[in-house]
Order: sequence, then structure tokens, then C-alpha cells
Amino acid sequence: MAFTLYSLIQTAILCINAIAVLHEERFLIGFGVDQGVGGFGDDPGVKAQVLTLIRSVRTVMRVPLIIVNSACIVLLLLFG
Amino acid sequence: MTSLTIYGESFLLSVAPGIPQTETTSDAVVDYNFLLQWKQSEVDQPQWMGGSSAAATSRANNVSCAANVTMDLPHQGYRPTKPRARAAPPTADSILFDDTSSVAPAMNNQGYYTPGYNMAGPSNDMQGGAVPNNMFADPMANAAMVYGSSLANQGKDMVNKEISRFMSVNKLKYFFAVDTKYVLKKLMILMFPYTHQDWEVRYHRDTPLTPRQDVNAPDLYIPTMAFITYILLAGMALGIQKRFSPEVLGLCASTALVWVIIEVLVMLLSLYLLTVHSDLSTFDLIAYSGYKYVGMIFTVLCGLLFGSDGYYVALAWSSCALMFFIVRSLKMKILPSLSSDSIGTGSSAKPQFRLYITVATAVFQPVVIYWLTSHLVR
Repeated sequence: MAFTLYSLIQTAILCINAIAVLHEERFLIGFGVDQGVGGFGDDPGVKAQVLTLIRSVRTVMRVPLIIVNSACIVLLLLFG
Repeated sequence: MTSLTIYGESFLLSVAPGIPQTETTSDAVVDYNFLLQWKQSEVDQPQWMGGSSAAATSRANNVSCAANVTMDLPHQGYRPTKPRARAAPPTADSILFDDTSSVAPAMNNQGYYTPGYNMAGPSNDMQGGAVPNNMFADPMANAAMVYGSSLANQGKDMVNKEISRFMSVNKLKYFFAVDTKYVLKKLMILMFPYTHQDWEVRYHRDTPLTPRQDVNAPDLYIPTMAFITYILLAGMALGIQKRFSPEVLGLCASTALVWVIIEVLVMLLSLYLLTVHSDLSTFDLIAYSGYKYVGMIFTVLCGLLFGSDGYYVALAWSSCALMFFIVRSLKMKILPSLSSDSIGTGSSAKPQFRLYITVATAVFQPVVIYWLTSHLVR
């Protein structure tokens, strides 16, 4: 399995896109609703951490994703 | 290939094979050390003679070197060391990069910023410090040299500022503060960890000790060197089997790099999700996951020398050694005293998960070693 750096970048872009297009409510129904718990105390638990992670990734990466996706589209159109 | 002499921040020089230990390395190290001292002297006091003081003191402490014959300083008696001695306590740089290989203890008492390393250090310090003073008889050339060096200094400051936006350079320097003794001991431990007793990373007033003073501290020098050596060895192995082409080298390098990145990301993700409050930073994880390259090099060498049987024996040996090493090292960091925290909300499964992470990391090492080396030894 020979990876190139380009395949790593591709994987990263695809994964972050997948997180960005997630529909939170439908996702939460199947996942166990932990939204009410603010996670005070020592350990919020795995599920709350995952949700926090997903939410923070969506918030942070929204704008850069737009830029990166547009660049990808242009490059793929030009160079195949 | 140079020996294991460490040049600290100019470690790249020791990688390139075939550079003789003469003027070429000393020139390059001269410039860098010179600029370092320049910057340091600017930090301590804005005077131009600061560099030569460190040079004079280091010269008094270290053995002479063949390369300094032409650059012998007449102003050895000139010791403007007092201002520097009365300066603030030694910066992190001076503690990090004092030479501890030849002069074992008490380098910190000197207190001066002396980037003096084993062989070419003292002469380079001198050359660096001497250059603006009496290198050229012609004052114009002198002035031009001084101006050029100040330009270079500004460039260096700018680059440092930009880089320190993304990662803390001081933290990175901590990982490269190694010396020969540490490297040898660490390699021994990596290959045979069963007799090593004390796996605790020692601290000094809340900051972890540098690798020079503590064998258990992770470093980035060995992983970097081992990675590059692995790539070269892979090229050689493929060449022996007449399957070599320059693209293969790049492919091998990027594959190995991608595996390291994947492993570090998975480790970070799992540590975050299970809210393990350890003090493992990203660089620590890169260090621990880079130690497997030492095992890989050993395995590939045995495979090349002793054929397929030697390869499997070496694979088994280095896998066991590496698994033991990783488990013992990470146990200290990921599985801390469980009585302090984790009494809070639920998740009684936490100690279990931490153990799972450690064991999973350990088991992942032989898999990667096999994956990345089996195609080299047929």
C-alpha cells in the first residue's frame, strides 16, 4: 500500500467534507442524545467528546473548506 | 558519514555522507553559530563584542581542533565575560546546548551561551566571533561583512517569527538537545529494554529535563536520523535487487511519512476522545512513533545480511523489544496515578481504555515494521 502525500491530502479533505455535510439532528438520534449534559466535572465521556469534536470541526473548518474545495475543483477540471 | 557527533541545531550537516570534517562543515557551522551568538549577544546586551566572549571562554574549555590553525585569535586574553556573567540566569538555550559529552557535569555553572560541540565547535565559535574584528585588513570589507551579517540576522529573526506562529521553536529545541552519550544509551534501550530499571521521566522544577540529562526523555533526533537512514537503506536494498529507480525512493519516503502521520493522528484522536489528561504533546507522540524506525533499520540490515531467516528473527526481536519499550514508556504517561482523578462522573471504563490505547499502540508497531520492510527483503 504505497501512499503518497497527495493521497493523504485527499483523504483529509474527504473526511472533513463528510463531517461538514453531517446533519446533526438525524445523526444525534442514532447516536444517543447527550446534548443536555454540559459535561461539567472531570470527564464528559466519549460521546460528548465526539459531539464536541464534530461541532468544533464544523465551526472551524467551514470557511477554509470552501476555499480548499473550490481550489480542488478547479485543479481537477484543469489537470484531471 | 560523520560520527554521532551532535551539532544541535545544525543537525542536518551530519546527515549528508561524505562531507569531510574540515573547512566545509566548519564554514557552514561557523555562519550559523556566529549568527546564534550574534543574536544571543543582541538579546543579552546590544554590543558587538558579545560573541567573542563566548568564544574566548569556550576556547579555554575545549580541546583544540585542527581546523582552527589559520583562525587563531590574538585576543585570547580579551575577556569581556564579566557583563555576560552578570547577566540574567542562563536562558533555556544555554542549558539546552551546553556541551555535556566530553565535560560531563557542571557545564551549567559556566552560564555562558557556548554552543561548543565536540570537534568543530571551539574553532567555529572563534571564527564566528573573530570575523568582524580582525578578519580583513581592509576596513571596507570589514564593514561590508558586518552589514551582511546584520542583514542575515534580520532575515533569521523574521523567519523565526513566522515559524513560531505555527509551532513553538523552543519546544522543538528541547527535543534536539541531545549528545552522544544519550543517543548511544537510547539506542541500547531501544534494542534491549529488558534490563532498564527506571522509566520515569525526571522533571526539574516543572519542566521536563532535556534528553541530555535524562535518558528517558523522548527526543526527535533519533527518529529523524532513523527515518532518513531507513529511506537510504530502502534505496540500497532495492538497488541490490535491481529494482531501484529514483521515484521509488520518494514513494518509500512518503509512505513511511504518511504512516507516521496516521499513527500520530490516531493517537491524538484517541487521547482526546477518552479525555486522557496526559502531558504528551504532539512532538512527544511523533518521537515515540519514530522510534520504530530504529527497529526497522535493524530488521532490514539483518534481512540483507542473513537472508530471509535473518529477517524474520530480527523482526521478532525488534518487535518484542519495541513493544516492551512503548508499553513501559507510555505507561508512565497515559496511566498516571489513578487515585487522583477519575473519581468523578461515571466512566469506570477509563482505566481500561487507557490500557487499550497503550497496548494498541504497542501492537501497531510490529505491523507497521512488517508492512514497510517486507517488500525490501525478498
